[in-house]
Amino acid sequence: MDAIKTNSLTKYYGKVRGIADVDLAVAEGDFFGFIGPNGAGKSTTIRILLGLISPTSGSAHVLGMDVSQRRTEILSEVGYLPSETNFYHGMRVSEILTLSAKLHKKDCKQEASTLCERLSLDTTRKIEELSFGNRKKVGIVCALQHKPRLYILDEPTSGLDPLMQKEFYTILQERNEAGATVFLSSHVLSEVGRYCKRAAVIREGRLLVTDMVDRLSHTGIKRVTLRGATAMPALESARDIKIEQDALTFLYGGGTKELLAALSNADFEDFTVTDPDLEEVFMHYYTKEDA
Amino acid sequence: MTILLHELKRNRLSLLVWTVALAFMLGVCIVIYPEMSEQMGEISDMFANMGAFSDAFGMDQLNFGEFMGYFGVECGNTLGLGGAFFAAILGISALSKEERDHTAEFLLTHPISRDRIVWGKLLAVILQIFALNLAVAAVTTAGVLAIDANADAGKMALLLLAYFIMQIEIAAITFGISAFIRRGGLAVGFGLAVGFYFMNLIANLTDDLAFLKYMTPFGYTDGGSIIESGSIEIKYLVPGLVFTVLGMVAAFWQYRKKDIS
Repeated sequence: MDAIKTNSLTKYYGKVRGIADVDLAVAEGDFFGFIGPNGAGKSTTIRILLGLISPTSGSAHVLGMDVSQRRTEILSEVGYLPSETNFYHGMRVSEILTLSAKLHKKDCKQEASTLCERLSLDTTRKIEELSFGNRKKVGIVCALQHKPRLYILDEPTSGLDPLMQKEFYTILQERNEAGATVFLSSHVLSEVGRYCKRAAVIREGRLLVTDMVDRLSHTGIKRVTLRGATAMPALESARDIKIEQDALTFLYGGGTKELLAALSNADFEDFTVTDPDLEEVFMHYYTKEDA
Repeated sequence: MTILLHELKRNRLSLLVWTVALAFMLGVCIVIYPEMSEQMGEISDMFANMGAFSDAFGMDQLNFGEFMGYFGVECGNTLGLGGAFFAAILGISALSKEERDHTAEFLLTHPISRDRIVWGKLLAVILQIFALNLAVAAVTTAGVLAIDANADAGKMALLLLAYFIMQIEIAAITFGISAFIRRGGLAVGFGLAVGFYFMNLIANLTDDLAFLKYMTPFGYTDGGSIIESGSIEIKYLVPGLVFTVLGMVAAFWQYRKKDIS
């Protein structure tokens, strides 16, 4: 059974496009990354899955249940972490965690204290005293303490320091190994590349591709920047050639040897070769589609 | 139950402040009556004969020189307007505050149906209004006993009951509106309460606009009429009850299908 399944899911906010014809399938037990730039429709998709908003057309099933019919049942098996965690002012962390557990009709004290310890979260503090990152941790404990079957995490690591990010992903991997499904949205390609098994790319409301992460992130494309270059080296598979101040930059998808050979003949002061950022990977998918 | 308790807990300070303020003002009004009444003899006629002004505030029907008349007007000003504001604030913020404070996402991603949330919040609003009115009634009783006034307990109870129903109506209407809006509710709530108040004043002034009394809850809380007749005017009360039910139904209907931002 699929943990998440949508059929030509579409959402318009008035005339503004949220998502269009999204067919998404996430198998149970998967560790799934949902990648896209801001405003691509990641949160819209997630909000439909959680029943916060209703789709304009199409359908969505979570854990085999229709989101428009069995919202409450779905939510009792889902742990959700919003991208911006907001809680009731004036409440202490411990009170928020208890409230969340009560709304789940579960006693989560044991699990909550374990999680708080692992994430070094002080439960006696008041919400408004917390930093953005610490508020995020409260959201994480709320999403994890009732041990759901499916985790839906909207940009989970924004605001967390690297140490906490690592601990958080370790916990998620433990849960995943125990059988739970993890579905997370992100615009940080490296983090999806490191932890997710499969991923989908969404842009401008449309799903571009769903594939194994290995194949998505290793596009073989490099961003080459030549500082102080006077002329473009002769390279056949160079694309998106730009001149920025004193630098010349282009995307390169060809062989490494050819690149080095061309560079050795070129005239420049300094150079960098990096993995392209997410936007450029999208461009890669676009050009592939157009071709 | 969780929602109900959560709401009551979150509102406890505001409830306490409103209750103390209204009960205090009403208590003071009652306690100063003996002193007022000594100087009231001449003023009373004047109050009753200020033409349109007297009509508007129902003072043509009330004898300001007697305790019940005094209470009717004072009660109208304090508990009527104050209670209406309290009810409007409670109602208008009940559902919309979750979106205004960005807590809706937290609440609504827990396994609890929207209906149950609306029920919990509605009950919390009603309970708070009940608590406030109970405290006000207790203080009123104590005040009346303290000054040994010539009071008609039945009529006073009826007046307080009318104000309670009025607050429930205003709360129910604003509660219904609360399901539709996301923010900026307070202005709407205050505006509605003040609007209702002036609708009654205008209806008292001109016969052409007397029909407004059917639309405002201040129509059936007219102190003059209740103390004079010893009853709440059913023809004004019934539309009020209809609005009350409509407000509640609208809240359930809208919140069930609302897109939460």
